[in-house]
Amino acid sequence: MNRVISVSVNNKAGVLNRITALFMRKGFNIQNLTVGVTETPGLSRITIVMNETDDAALEQVIKQLYKQIDVLKVTDLTQQPMVARELALIQVNSPVAQRSVITTIIEPFRASVIDVGRDTITVEATGKAEKIDALIALLRPYGIKELARTGLTALARDVAMVTEARRVSEGNVISI
Amino acid sequence: MRVMSENPDYTSTQTTEPRMLSGADMLVEVLRKEQVEVVFGYPGGAVLPLYDALYECGIRHVLARHEQGAIHAAEGYARVTGKPGVVIATSGPGATNLVTGLADAMLDSLPIVAITGQVAKSVIGSDAFQETSIIGISTPITKHNYQIQHASELPGVFKEAFHIANTGRKGPVLVDIPKDVAGEVAPFVYNAPPQLPGYQPTVIPHVMQIKKVLQHIELSHRPVILAGAGVLHAGASRELRLFAERFGIPVVHTLLGLGGFPADHPLFLGMGGMHGSAAANTALYETDLLLNFGARFDDRLTGNLADFAPTATVVHVDIDPAEIGKNVPTDIPVVGDAREAISLLLATEAKSPEISGWREKLLDIKAHTPFWYVQEGNVIKPQRLIEQIAQHTNGEAIVVTDVGQHQMWAAQFYPFVHANRWVTSGGLGTMGFGLPAAIGAQIAEPNRQVVAVVGDAGFQMTLEELAVVAELELPVKIVIVNNGALGMVRQWQELFYEERYSSSLMKWQPDYLKLAEAYGIPSLQIRDDGALPECLSAFLAAPGPGLLECLVAPMENVYPMIAPGHGLHQMVGVKP
Ligand SMILES: Cc1ncc(C[n+]2csc(CCOP(=O)(O)OP(=O)(O)O)c2C)c(N)n1
Repeated sequence: MNRVISVSVNNKAGVLNRITALFMRKGFNIQNLTVGVTETPGLSRITIVMNETDDAALEQVIKQLYKQIDVLKVTDLTQQPMVARELALIQVNSPVAQRSVITTIIEPFRASVIDVGRDTITVEATGKAEKIDALIALLRPYGIKELARTGLTALARDVAMVTEARRVSEGNVISI
Repeated sequence: MRVMSENPDYTSTQTTEPRMLSGADMLVEVLRKEQVEVVFGYPGGAVLPLYDALYECGIRHVLARHEQGAIHAAEGYARVTGKPGVVIATSGPGATNLVTGLADAMLDSLPIVAITGQVAKSVIGSDAFQETSIIGISTPITKHNYQIQHASELPGVFKEAFHIANTGRKGPVLVDIPKDVAGEVAPFVYNAPPQLPGYQPTVIPHVMQIKKVLQHIELSHRPVILAGAGVLHAGASRELRLFAERFGIPVVHTLLGLGGFPADHPLFLGMGGMHGSAAANTALYETDLLLNFGARFDDRLTGNLADFAPTATVVHVDIDPAEIGKNVPTDIPVVGDAREAISLLLATEAKSPEISGWREKLLDIKAHTPFWYVQEGNVIKPQRLIEQIAQHTNGEAIVVTDVGQHQMWAAQFYPFVHANRWVTSGGLGTMGFGLPAAIGAQIAEPNRQVVAVVGDAGFQMTLEELAVVAELELPVKIVIVNNGALGMVRQWQELFYEERYSSSLMKWQPDYLKLAEAYGIPSLQIRDDGALPECLSAFLAAPGPGLLECLVAPMENVYPMIAPGHGLHQMVGVKP
C-alpha cells in the first residue's frame, strides 16, 4: 500500500538531505517527495509518498524520522481523511486546427492553458493523482512533448484527529 | 570624589552586557563553561585560529599522532567518565580521519563533541585546499551535525551540541567551523537553554507500562534480565543490582554492558551472544520473560532472530524509541532512562516470582560449563593470560581492548565487578581502537591501572599513539596478544573456509620491543607459561608505561561459539 507521510521540519540548510539520506540508508523507497514552507515561519512541510510499505517498516520510518533533531512532527496520513493534490504541466502538440479539441478535452478537468506556442500549448492541471493520470492519458494521442509533475502534497482534513506517531495501539504506549 | 564607574553597584549593569569575542575565543569560553578538562586533537591550517586561542588558555590539549587516535582517545575518556569527549581536527584530511571514530561512537552511543575546521566561507564548495564536505560525510554517522555560518551562532550551536551529545541516547555531534568564523567578533551569550522542540527525549517511562512489567514478573516462570550498555550510560548499576536481588532474577550482560552488574554476583550468568556463556544463552533461549534494560538486540547477541527468546514475553526498556521493535518484536515497550525505569520498578509493590527451579538450573549450567581452555605444555594460552591479568590487578583495572579474539577472551575471562572499567569497540568492531582508547581512559583516571589488551594486527593500526603514552608518561600497560595472525579472521577461515588462510597469517612482524624502545617505553617479551605470573606481576607493578609482548598459542580459537545464521541453542564448543 502507498503511504503518505507528512513531516514538519525546521527550514534549515541540509535538512532535506538528512531526511533523504535516512531513507537511503534504511533502504526505503520514496515514490515522490514535495517540500515547501508552512504557515509557521521557520517550518517546512515535507510530504513523502512511499510505495509498498508494511506496518513494521512504516513504524521504523516514523521513529527514525523522529530521531532527527530537525524533525518536529511526523504524521501518517494514509489511514485518515486527507486532502492530497498534485500539479502537472503538460506541453502537448497542438497545431492550430486541433486547438479547440484540446481545450474541450481539458475543460472537464478544470485544467487551463497557460502557454501557447506555434505548434504546442502548455496545460496546467491540479488534482488527485488519478485525475492527472486520466488527463495525461487523454492528451497522449495528440503527442505530449514534455511533462512535469510535482508529486503529491497533502494535509489532513480538518475533521480528523491527527494520529501522530504517538500511537496507542492494543494498550501499548510508546511515547516518542 | 569617587568616579561612578569605580562603584561596583554601577558597573554591575555593564558586566551584564554580553562580551564581544572572536569565534576562536568563544570556543575556549564554551569549553570552560562545559567544564571540559581535556581536548584531544591535531592542528592544521583551518583550525590554526582555534589552536591559537587554545594556547595558554588553561584547558589541556592532548596532541594525538593521528586524528583517529584523537577521537578514540576521546571515546575512551567518555566511556570511563560518562562525560563528553571533545576532539578537534582540521579541515579535509583531518576531518576525514575522524570518520571511523565517529561511526564507532555512534554505534556504541558515546557522547563525543567533534570540532572540525573548514575552509573559509567564501571558498566553500570550490574544491579549495583541504576542503571536504564533512557535514555530508558525517551525516549518517553522527547524532547531529552543524556548520557554523557566523560567530554569533557559535555559542548557541555548542550549547546544543553538548546537550544533544550527552542526553537521550548519547552520541557524537560534529561542529564544523569555517576558518573565517574563528576571526569574526560577536557577542558571547551562553546561558539560554537550547530550544530544541524536535528533540525531547523521554526520560521518565510511562507508569502503565511499568505496572504491566511488574504483572508479568509476578506471573513469570523463567524470567531473565538482559542488561546492555544503556545501564552504564544511565548510571543504573546500583538499581540493576537491587532489582535483580529483590526479584531473584538472573542477569545476562551484553558485551558492552559488562561491569553494569558485578561479575562475582551469584545471579550473574555471564555475557550472552556469539561467544557468550552457555548459562547466559540458555537463559535467553528458554526464558518466558525477557527484561531488556538498555540493550539494542545486536545480531552478535541475538544470533538467528528466529531462535532468539522464542517463547518469551519481551520487555524492552530503552531511551531511544526507535530501538524498540527494530530487531525483536516487543510486547511491553518502555521508553525512558534505564535508571528511572528500574527505580520505578523497585518503588512499586510486587511479589517475587517463584522461580527457584529455573534459577538453580541456570546456576547449575553456569557452575558446570564455565569458559574453558586446555593448557598445553609451556605455551601461553591467551585465556590464561587474561586470567592472570585479572588476578594481578585484583579485577580492579580499567581494561581496554582492541578488536578480535583477544577482545572476546578479555570479555570472557576478566571478571568486571565495577561499572565503567571496560572499554571496547562493540558495534563497529574497530581495529585500532585499543591503544588510543586506553590513552583516553588513563587521562580520565590517572590513578587507576589501565591495561590495554591488543592484538598484534590491531595494534599496528594505531601504534603511532605510543608517542602520546611516552610523552605524557601515562602508566598504560600495553599487552600485545601476539598469535602471529589476524586471529579472529583466521578462526573464521579455519571453521568456515576450509582452513584457507587467505591473507590472515602475518608472515612478518615488526620487532615490538625495538618499537617500544624507539618510543622510550620499557618492554619485554614472554613466551613461556611458567614465567607468566612473575613476569606479569613485575610488569604491572612497574611505574610508568610498559609494553609486554606475549607470544601465545597461535591456533587457539574462541569458544563457545554460535556460528553465523544459528540460534542461541546451537552453541558449539561449550565444553573442551
Ligand atoms: C579496521 C578493521 N579492519 C578489519 C577488521 C576485521 N577483523 C576483525 S578481527 C580481525 C583480526 C584481528 O587480529 P588481531 O588484532 O591480531 O587480534 P586477534 O584476533 O588475533 O586477537 C580483523 C582483521 C576490523 N574489525 N576492523
